Amino acid sequence: MQWEIVIGLEVHVQLQTKSKIFSGASTSYGASPNTQACDVSIALPGVLPVMNREAAFLAVKFGLGIDAEINQRSIFARKNYFYPDLPKGYQISQFELPVVGKGKLEIKTSKGCKTIGITRAHLEEDAGKSLHEDFHGMTGIDLNRAGTPLLEIVSEPDMRSAEEAVAYLKQLHMLVRYLGISDGNMQEGSFRCDANVSVRPAGQKELGTRAELKNINSFRFVERAIGIEVERQIEVIEDGGDVVQETRLYDSDLDETRSMRSKEEAHDYRYFPDPDLPTMVLDDSFIESVRASLPELPHLRQTRFVSEFSLNDSDAEKLVHDRDAADYFEAVCNSSAADTKIVANWMNGELNSALNTAGLSIKDSPVNSDRFAELLDRITDNTISGKIAKEVFSLLWDSNKSVDEIIEEKGLKQITDSSAIESIVDQVLAENYDQVAQYKDGNQKVFGFFVGQVMKLSQGKANPKQVNELLRNKLD
Amino acid sequence: MSLTPQEITHIARLARLKTNPEEAESYATQLSRIMDLIDQLNSIDTENIEPMSHPQDAALRLRDDEVTKLNLREEFQAIAPECENGLYLVPKVID
Repeated sequence: MQWEIVIGLEVHVQLQTKSKIFSGASTSYGASPNTQACDVSIALPGVLPVMNREAAFLAVKFGLGIDAEINQRSIFARKNYFYPDLPKGYQISQFELPVVGKGKLEIKTSKGCKTIGITRAHLEEDAGKSLHEDFHGMTGIDLNRAGTPLLEIVSEPDMRSAEEAVAYLKQLHMLVRYLGISDGNMQEGSFRCDANVSVRPAGQKELGTRAELKNINSFRFVERAIGIEVERQIEVIEDGGDVVQETRLYDSDLDETRSMRSKEEAHDYRYFPDPDLPTMVLDDSFIESVRASLPELPHLRQTRFVSEFSLNDSDAEKLVHDRDAADYFEAVCNSSAADTKIVANWMNGELNSALNTAGLSIKDSPVNSDRFAELLDRITDNTISGKIAKEVFSLLWDSNKSVDEIIEEKGLKQITDSSAIESIVDQVLAENYDQVAQYKDGNQKVFGFFVGQVMKLSQGKANPKQVNELLRNKLD
Repeated sequence: MSLTPQEITHIARLARLKTNPEEAESYATQLSRIMDLIDQLNSIDTENIEPMSHPQDAALRLRDDEVTKLNLREEFQAIAPECENGLYLVPKVID
């Protein structure tokens, strides 16, 4: 039987605020346990939550970024369950009226473009961390993370393959970083994903019973976990069984999913509006101030790069993917006379490979956009050849000197004086009598040999174009 | 509306309250009476009335995003039942 896969994703994005969503405790990562767990974080009796304006601002920013309805009146609710890393006995979240309503995100896969619906995005607080290592048979609780603002982004069940799910996640990841609402750091848990996966016979309208997959916190794991879960469900059904609605954990070591909670224990959260928090009302001026802070969005920037800098789609896409890289590219293009295509090639080539080797992001590149522009300018004005420029680039990488200083010091300036090049050409022709004879006999291939010899003798500094011209003049 | 003792036991379990069968029986009777009052409220036609989530029509106050809380871990942990290496210790839980 042909099976259709149906996937919906829930992504928790940690919002980039200095303080927690309902208190003035710090949200910075990696602090000593409980040093950022204030009276509100640990839920001392009598404390009250006070909403962080910035968290609301960032949530709305996301909403505008996906073209969503913004609910100017939204409600915080209590989601009740007991777990030691949730000291209040409930999580403050949004239920009936989330701050962000229906929106959409465009994704691209090998099968083309597709629009994925976003059902909603709501604000909530994160829980603390439980450490089950040995504390004499007890569990250790660190509440530093409790109260960190999260935006939970829920998609429609619009994805039909693991590839689409990964494309959606990558697009969302790029968007939140572009918008500056989250650092998107997956290792630190700033971008976490749960997947709702089900299968149904192709052509059937009703959705199959879904399983919720947890603990899939890398793009690669998302793809693996979905693939494995789909196989499992198909096998269950084809063996005459039924898929059970449950939460399953993906174990990357064993490469399998396994049941976390059975149906009997399924959570019954008994949501109700939090009496401590009145309706969140965001007026028009608030929404407009968020709108004014929106950066140019990636897909629009890509279109502009194509028209303004005459790039092809694939180069523009590569550059736009990372906001810092796109900024770098624009800075170079604006201060350099070099052709934009050369800027793109050099960024995607030399710069990228050097950054990858060093494990650095473009923001921390030892060659900043100014020096990079200077280097490309020296190629453009024929001071150095592209080949020599690669040498200069690696010297730039390891020093603080300017491009001109390096060219001067190392004597790398291109030889453009034709009489100087001519004397080298003459020398090469005189020393390689046999090859000259071959060329005269019609062996065109030897021409490359002459060019190579001249470049070698000039230590790569002769202008290749002039070398070619002079050789042709002398030989033809 | 009437609640069954089974429902009472389920609700009590969610709230981590211990009940015995006799209690479940008597709570079922008592809570059912409260539910009857709610049924009475539900019988009112609210077709054109905007739902309220709070008794007062107040708007949520928003504060600036600033770190204002000091680290009071030592004070808090001094009154906690058990702590180690900065962590609060609780009876072992495995999800």
